[in-house]
Amino acid sequence: MGSTISWHESDEGTVRVALAGRLTIADVADLERELASRPPRAPGLIVDLAGVTAIDTSGAWAINGLVDRWQAAGHPAQMEGAAPEIDRLINALAAPPAPVRRRPDTGNPIIHRVARIGAAIIAIINNTGGFLAFLGHTLVVLGATLIGRRRLRWHAVIHQGEAIGVNALGIIGLLLFLVGLVVAQQGAVQLRQFGAEVFTVNLIGRATTRELGILLTAIMVAGRSGSAFAAQIGSMKLNQEIDALRTIGLDPIAVLVVPRVIACSLMMLGLAFYGGLCALVGGGLFAWSELAMPPVSYIQRLQEVIPLSDFVIGMIKAPVFGFIIALMGCFHGMQVTGNAESVGTRTTQAVVEAIFVVIVFDAFFAFFFSSLGYN
Amino acid sequence: MPPANLSPILPDDADVAVRVRGLVTGFGDHILHDHLDLDVARGEILGLVGGSGSGKSVLMRTIIGLNPARAGSVSILGQDALSADVAVRRDLRRQWGVLFQEGALFSGLTVAENIEVPMREFFRLPDGVMDGLAAARLRQVGLPVDTGSKYPSELSGGMKKRAGLARALALDPPLLFLDEPTAGLDPISAAKFDSLIKLLKDTLGLTLFLITHDLDTLVAICDRVAVLGDGKVLACGTVDELRAFDHPWVQDYFGGPRGRAATATTGGKTA
Repeated sequence: MGSTISWHESDEGTVRVALAGRLTIADVADLERELASRPPRAPGLIVDLAGVTAIDTSGAWAINGLVDRWQAAGHPAQMEGAAPEIDRLINALAAPPAPVRRRPDTGNPIIHRVARIGAAIIAIINNTGGFLAFLGHTLVVLGATLIGRRRLRWHAVIHQGEAIGVNALGIIGLLLFLVGLVVAQQGAVQLRQFGAEVFTVNLIGRATTRELGILLTAIMVAGRSGSAFAAQIGSMKLNQEIDALRTIGLDPIAVLVVPRVIACSLMMLGLAFYGGLCALVGGGLFAWSELAMPPVSYIQRLQEVIPLSDFVIGMIKAPVFGFIIALMGCFHGMQVTGNAESVGTRTTQAVVEAIFVVIVFDAFFAFFFSSLGYN
Repeated sequence: MPPANLSPILPDDADVAVRVRGLVTGFGDHILHDHLDLDVARGEILGLVGGSGSGKSVLMRTIIGLNPARAGSVSILGQDALSADVAVRRDLRRQWGVLFQEGALFSGLTVAENIEVPMREFFRLPDGVMDGLAAARLRQVGLPVDTGSKYPSELSGGMKKRAGLARALALDPPLLFLDEPTAGLDPISAAKFDSLIKLLKDTLGLTLFLITHDLDTLVAICDRVAVLGDGKVLACGTVDELRAFDHPWVQDYFGGPRGRAATATTGGKTA
């Protein structure tokens, strides 16, 4: 400990506390505890600072606190013997304020809980309303763009297309190739029990082109690009770039959202086709090596077992999923407010909700097309 | 080369807090600082001025180790800051406070929690003491104490800056780096800020490295002013010495209407 504190009492009863050494932040906890240990009492207090060699704001704060407590109790307290600089620092910090409250006052804890539940419900309603408004705005701008009443920002579309589609070719190709391989392998194990290994091709073909290939591609795109949209637009929002766009007279929906929505829908179409192909190659490789089915007959079998409708249904679903992913990403990006934490929450929400809605739509499509007779 | 009395290099026996020698920094092909030398004496307030893009902030970032240097050496309080090992650097970080241009408050924490971060990291203090010290800091930088429970996103730009200063001061560091502390403050707050800095320097013996374009601040509180240009420190001296220095940019800077106004009002008082 760098400081020493000694208490004395004069004949008249005046308490005298002599401080010496270094009164700095390293010792302020002990200093404060020691100074608070004697309750204020008559006739008063003298703080002797003659022995103080160094002091910082923390030390000055503790001494001022001591003086204040005694004076508040109605007993005179004074300092003496301080070097001029020390005196100046202590005076500059005289009458220390009450401690800060670290967190905003939340009041009654029960009411606070109830209020939080209420706030969460209101937030859900607001969010839904906000999303519908956002969807409407986007569709209006998109429609105006498609019929040529608004200029489409081709540069942005192509740039986004590269980020969403071209840069994802490697990872999506590998992923779907492996999925094709695994589906074939697991399918073959099960079908072997009936001696129906040859139907593995049906399994691969129908599962990947219509369902699995599209869905996994969409999940990948949501993870890669949906999150990127939310984080990009969210950071722009924090940086007031969105406000800047508005003041220049540009509509953020037209500049940021529509290019991403168009690029994401188109790229999902391409990626789903490519991903399905990669899955078929993976399955084919398994069929060739494990089921001794040469590639030529594998392709022939595929042509026989995959109805054109499966392929078309897949290609109808893909751009819809792309639209949903881009919409969710951009919407949550635009909802970012306040701080960096908000970017994180919104990005998470964008991905989770995108995948959720994609799967809900996938289920809807499955029943819809089945009831139309495309089994 | 500047005349001998305006050299940025102090004599070898001077008590130096920051010593920069032969510093080279750059981005890609662009060289920003070309063998730059600068000394900051212990206990002085050094103002750093220079045109936009002359590398003032980068120089500060390089000195505090946020930006890599291509060549040269930086020593802070006698320690080699560029090549020091992790333990030495950590120790050094406790010795300085930094105020960034926008305050750089942690957005997920309230102002009070921001101020308490360095205390919590380096000392074991009871909550009551930390809250008390945080309140004292807030008042010291001229913020109402109830700002403590607000989040940075609820504050104005000037308030963020002052809260950032409160955090930088939390440990009473012997060395303070301030990047444009008075920019964006109203004149009253800026003047208060100047007197706060002066008080801290006089009472705590702080050394300050201050990037500023506020001519009033330069005249009122800076012991020396360093002028950055062409990748080097063009000259370093008092405002009066610099006014006599024959360099077009320096002449424009201190001899322009604003420069004259600042010295006419504040300079007369201090003289």
